[in-house]
Amino acid sequence: MAPDNSLDFPATRVQHTPMRLLIIEDDRDAADYLVKAFREVGHVADWAPDGEDGLALALDGAYDVMIVDRMLPKLDGLSVISALRAKSVETPVLILSALGQVDDRVKGLRAGGDDYLPKPYSFSELLARAEVLARRRGGRGEETSYKVGDLELDRLSHSVKRGTTEIDLQPREFRLLEYLMKHAGQVVTRTMLLENVWDYHFDPQTNVIDVHISRLRSKIDKGFAQPLLHTIRGAGYMIRDGVR
Amino acid sequence: MTAFGKLVRSTAFRLTLVYLVVFAFYAAALIAYFALNTGRLITEQITETVDTELTYLSAQYTGGGLRRLVLIIESRSLRPGSSLYLITAPTGQALAGNVGSLAPGVLDSTGWSETVYRRLDEQEIAEHSALARVVQLSGGFRLLVGRDLEERVRMRSIITAAARGSVALVVVLGLAGGFFVTRRVLKRFDAVTETTQKIMAGDLSGRLPVTGIGDELDRLALNLNAMLERIEALMRGLKEVSDNIAHDLKTPLTRLRNRSEAALRTARSEADYREALESMLDESDGLIRTFDALLMIARAESGQARDNMIVFDAGDVVRGVCELYEPLAEEKGLAIKVETAEPAMIKGNRELLSQAIANLVDNALKYATPAQGAPAEIVLAARREAERVLLTVADRGPGIAEAERARAVERFVRLPQNMSEPGSGLGLSLAAAVAVLHGGELKLEDNAPGLKVVIALPRHADL
Repeated sequence: MAPDNSLDFPATRVQHTPMRLLIIEDDRDAADYLVKAFREVGHVADWAPDGEDGLALALDGAYDVMIVDRMLPKLDGLSVISALRAKSVETPVLILSALGQVDDRVKGLRAGGDDYLPKPYSFSELLARAEVLARRRGGRGEETSYKVGDLELDRLSHSVKRGTTEIDLQPREFRLLEYLMKHAGQVVTRTMLLENVWDYHFDPQTNVIDVHISRLRSKIDKGFAQPLLHTIRGAGYMIRDGVR
Repeated sequence: MTAFGKLVRSTAFRLTLVYLVVFAFYAAALIAYFALNTGRLITEQITETVDTELTYLSAQYTGGGLRRLVLIIESRSLRPGSSLYLITAPTGQALAGNVGSLAPGVLDSTGWSETVYRRLDEQEIAEHSALARVVQLSGGFRLLVGRDLEERVRMRSIITAAARGSVALVVVLGLAGGFFVTRRVLKRFDAVTETTQKIMAGDLSGRLPVTGIGDELDRLALNLNAMLERIEALMRGLKEVSDNIAHDLKTPLTRLRNRSEAALRTARSEADYREALESMLDESDGLIRTFDALLMIARAESGQARDNMIVFDAGDVVRGVCELYEPLAEEKGLAIKVETAEPAMIKGNRELLSQAIANLVDNALKYATPAQGAPAEIVLAARREAERVLLTVADRGPGIAEAERARAVERFVRLPQNMSEPGSGLGLSLAAAVAVLHGGELKLEDNAPGLKVVIALPRHADL
């Protein structure tokens, strides 16, 4: 990998606005770890040890993202989410669960969760997903075209241009680039790509995603002075204009 | 609870009581109906007799006058078991007949009446009741003809006694029968309860008693026994698997522990520690992956994932996985391609099946470096074959010797020639478990040269 587009995560994040997070988790150690880790990267995190407290906090405070454990004392995680949604509180929720199976994920999303991460998780994965959720809340929805630096992707005509050069992409490469550009400036993990671009929720033993990325990179970055597609060490990938 | 209390509180006994009340009521009603009709019949007979006699006597009076009537009545009065007769003059004086006394006022009006009376020839004071009719004869005379009601009274008392007797009999027999039946049923239920308590206490080998009569209790017991059989088998399987898992997870855990120990002992600089920590992180990630794979296998084997099955073209799954692995294969200098001709519909869990195929492709990429001269390719296919759909992943690597094939599918088994590559030894096991979950099987075949893994699944009708 070229050294000029490898970055460390989360030290070089381009997340300027700090997030306000609510963590509802009954395991004190796990919660402490999360609160500290989020603070280290500049976010603000509150903690509730059970479902009832969590629900009360969630109804009071304006949070950007909530991280909710599924199994909680007093009121379980899915009930907390359902209660929130019933009161039209649309704060994005990321569900953490020891139950990692596909059905459990579907149940969690059906209850009103926005993303699902099985335990044990890595913090970089959790951070990347939380930031994507928070940004989604900021109103950046589906657009007909995306632009990063001089790279342009038009969703309607399915065309990609870098400067004046037309870039020819395979359908899957197009969807990969589309997802990366939709989350430009944000770290996107391999699992997120696998889930959102390929719709697979299992872990292929070998890192197949890396090869897809390097193919894409050779098409959009090769021969241009400014690389746009960056590898974020220990986390995933990010597309953005210039390194600040 | 005493044995008697238990018996009385049992459902069977309560049912008996309900039936008993119903039957006693039914018997009583039947007898009452019978009594009523018999009474009416007797009354009808009496009125008919009386009417006939009156018609005859009136005719005699009309034809032969009072004298003739008196003569006839006097002769009739003397017959044993005769009716009651009385002729009165317009003054009310009795002229002839066998009636000694009557209830007052009977003779004042014509028509039917029920009255008490005494016969002339009777010595005792006992009064009987009778049904009598009075008619007005020409010349101011009145004629009374009646019949004793003794018969009706006697009939009534007989029926009442019979009613009492039969209801008592119904109650006694019913209670006795109820006790008997209840005790029998209770005894069998007690045996079932005893067995279930033994099973609940942990002895899963216990089975419910079956009498062999083939009644509903027997059928229930047979079904419950079959259920217990299945539970016992599942529990045995679970125990086996958890023993295996405990054993096999200890290996990577030991490795993890050794690394941290080694780092603590030998690391000198921050870089050393960092390196040790990173390698431990890798190791624990591997452990998590192993855990996930084991859970997935367990889930597939237990059949839980059957809830979310949909009908889809197996070719799509194969094409999807091929597309995912194509760049990686190319990087390794291998061609990967799909051979599918027609839609091959199956009913299944798409995610699990994709993972199974992905595992097979992953294995092929890792272990199947093509032999010298063999085409560098991995061929995926989804074909229809009679009632089955065959999903195949075929490589041109060294293959697996026939003797080793069965073992290669087992959990955690890694063949000696593959030890240099990282892996958990679970990929093929998961694929096999997924095949079984879908009602199919996984077979390893010779691709001459190379390995051909076939997942044979039941075919679903085309949509």
